[in-house]
Amino acid sequence: MAETTVSAAPHRTPAIAPRVKAAAVLFVLFALVPPVVTALGDPFLVLVATRILAYAIAALALDLILGYGAMVSFGHAAYLGFGTYAVAILSSYGVNDLFLQMLGAILVSAVFAFVTGAISLRTRGVYFIMITLAFGQMAFFFFISLSAYGGDDGYGLSNRSTIFGSDMLENDVTLFYVTLALLIALFALCHRIVSSRFGRVLTGIRENATRMEAIGYAPFRYQLTAFVISGCMTSVAGVLLANQAEFVSPAFMSWHRSGELIVMVVLGGIGTLTGAIGGAVAALLLEEFLGMVTDHWQLWFGLFLVLMVLFSPRGITGLVEQIGRRKR
Amino acid sequence: MTNLFVLQLLNGVQLGVLLFLIAAGLTLVFGIMDVVNLAHGVLYMVGAYFVATFAAWTGSFWWGLLLMLPAAVAVGLILELVVIRRLYTRSHLDQVLATFGLVMMANETVKIVWGVSPLSVPMPELLSGSVPLMGPLQYPVYRIAIIVAGLGVAAGLFLMVNYTRIGMLLRAGATNRAMVSALGIDIGKLFAVVFTLGAVLACLAGALIAPILSVDTGMGESVLILTFVVVVIGGIGSIKGAFLGAILVAVVDTLGGVFGPILLREVLDPAAAGQAGRMLAPMLVYILMAVILFAKPAGLFGGRA
Repeated sequence: MAETTVSAAPHRTPAIAPRVKAAAVLFVLFALVPPVVTALGDPFLVLVATRILAYAIAALALDLILGYGAMVSFGHAAYLGFGTYAVAILSSYGVNDLFLQMLGAILVSAVFAFVTGAISLRTRGVYFIMITLAFGQMAFFFFISLSAYGGDDGYGLSNRSTIFGSDMLENDVTLFYVTLALLIALFALCHRIVSSRFGRVLTGIRENATRMEAIGYAPFRYQLTAFVISGCMTSVAGVLLANQAEFVSPAFMSWHRSGELIVMVVLGGIGTLTGAIGGAVAALLLEEFLGMVTDHWQLWFGLFLVLMVLFSPRGITGLVEQIGRRKR
Repeated sequence: MTNLFVLQLLNGVQLGVLLFLIAAGLTLVFGIMDVVNLAHGVLYMVGAYFVATFAAWTGSFWWGLLLMLPAAVAVGLILELVVIRRLYTRSHLDQVLATFGLVMMANETVKIVWGVSPLSVPMPELLSGSVPLMGPLQYPVYRIAIIVAGLGVAAGLFLMVNYTRIGMLLRAGATNRAMVSALGIDIGKLFAVVFTLGAVLACLAGALIAPILSVDTGMGESVLILTFVVVVIGGIGSIKGAFLGAILVAVVDTLGGVFGPILLREVLDPAAAGQAGRMLAPMLVYILMAVILFAKPAGLFGGRA
C-alpha cells in the first residue's frame, strides 16, 4: 500500500485541480440553497444547511491531520465545544463580536491542542486514538461541571454574535452566507497548507516517519503544528454552530460527535479536503433522512457503517480510493 | 475524616475491581489482536440488561447471573465471528468506524428491546444489608461481595495467564503475534477465545454492578472511556498493568471527588473550593493519565508504544 501511494505522489499535483473544481461546484450549489429553499417555502432548511456547512468546516479541519498526517484524533469534538462555549462565555461578558469570539476560541483551542497533542504524539496507533478520546472526554466533563453555564443542561444564547457591531447574523440567510464564506476561506487555507512544503513534509511523515527523520525532519514538530492548526479550525466551526443553534451544551463535545466527524471524513475519502466537505454533507443528510423515516436512525446509521467497512475490500477508505482511481 | 477516607477508599477499590474486569478483556483484545474495540462498553451494558431480564424471569438474582454467562459467551462468539474477525487485518481507522457503528446499533437495539426507562435489579437477599467495619462505620455487604468476586476473578485470570497453556499463548501473542502463528498455533481460534473471554468478563462486570446501579443505555459509555484510560495507563496487553491501572484510576477518581474540595478549602474560600473541586474532580484521572504517559509513553507495563 505504501509503495503505490509513494509512486503516485509525483502525480498528485495535477490531480489536485479536479478536486478543487469539484469543491467549487459544491460551493456554488451551497450558495444556491437559500434562494431555492425560500422559493420552495421551507426557509427553515437554511438553518439545517448552515449546520451542515459548520460541520463541513470541522470535517475539513480533521481531514488535515487524519488524511494528511495519519493522526486519528478521536477527541476533535472538544474543539467544537471550545468554539461553542467561547460564544456563550464571551457574550455573557458583553463581548459579542464574532471575530473576537473566534479569536478566543482559537486561543483556547491552540493551548489545549498544544498540550494534549504534545502528550498524545509521544504515542502511536491505538494509543493515540484512545488518548485523544480521553482528553476529549476530559474537556467534556469540564463543561458538564461548569454550572455557571448550565452544566449538563446547556445554556441558551440571548443573541447571535455581531459583526463590527451589526446584528446582521440574526438573519438566518446572512449567517448561512457568512458560514459559507468561512468554509471557502478555510478550504483555500487548507489547500495552501497541504500543497506547501509543510504539507509535503507532513504527507512524507504519514508515509514513512523514519525516512523523514533520516533526511533531517523532526516529525513531532510538524505533526504537532498540524494538530494545533486543525484544533483551531475546528473551534471556528464550533463558534458557527453555537450561532446556528443559539444554544450551547456539552452535547457538542461528546465522543459520539468526535466519531461522527471521523465518519464524515472517511465517507468522503480521507486526504482529499473536498471529500471531507462532501462527507459532511452526505453523513448529515443521511442522518436527517433516517431521522425522518424512523425513530431509530442510529440503528440504521450504525448498520450502514458496519456494512460499509465489512463489505468493501479495504474498508471505506479503499472503496473511495478505488472509485477515485477509476475516475482518474 | 478517617471513617470517610476508609469508606471512600473501599468504594474506590470496588470501582477498581469492576474496571479491571472490563479492562482485562479490552487490553487483551488490543494487545493480542491489535483491534480497537469501541463496542467493549456495550458488552458491559448488555451484561447488566441480561441479568435484569433473567433475574426478572426466574425471580432470582443468582439464576439470572448463571443464565447471563452462556448468553454472554454467545454474544461474544457471534460478535467475533460476524464483525471483529474481519477487522484483524484492517487499519485502526476501519476498526474505529465499524465498532463505532456497533455502538450505535447496540444502544438503539437495547432501547427497542428494553425501552428507554432504566431497569433495576433486586439485590440478592443473602448479600443485602451492611456489616460493621470499624467503630460506627458500616459498609454494604454487596459492595464487599463485588470486591471479593472481582479479586477472585483477577486471581483466576492471573493463574490462567501465568500457569496454563492458553495463558502462555496469550502472553506469547501479546509479545509477538506473527511468531506464535508461525509456530503452528491456530491464531484464529486463539483470537476467538480471547475475544469471548473479554466479552464474558465485561458482561460479568455489568451483571455484578446491576443491583446497585440503574441499568440504562448510557452506562457502557462512561465506563468505556475510563477503561481506555486504565488500559493506556497500564500498558496495552498487560493484565498486571490493567489491574494496577484500574485500582489507581478508580481510587483517584473516587477519592478526588470527595477530598479534592476538602483539600482545596485549605487554600481557597469554601464557595470557590467547592466550585473548583467539582470541576477538577472529573478531570483528575485524565491528568493522571497525562502525567504517566508523559513519563512512560507505553504505560506502566507496556512493552511497545
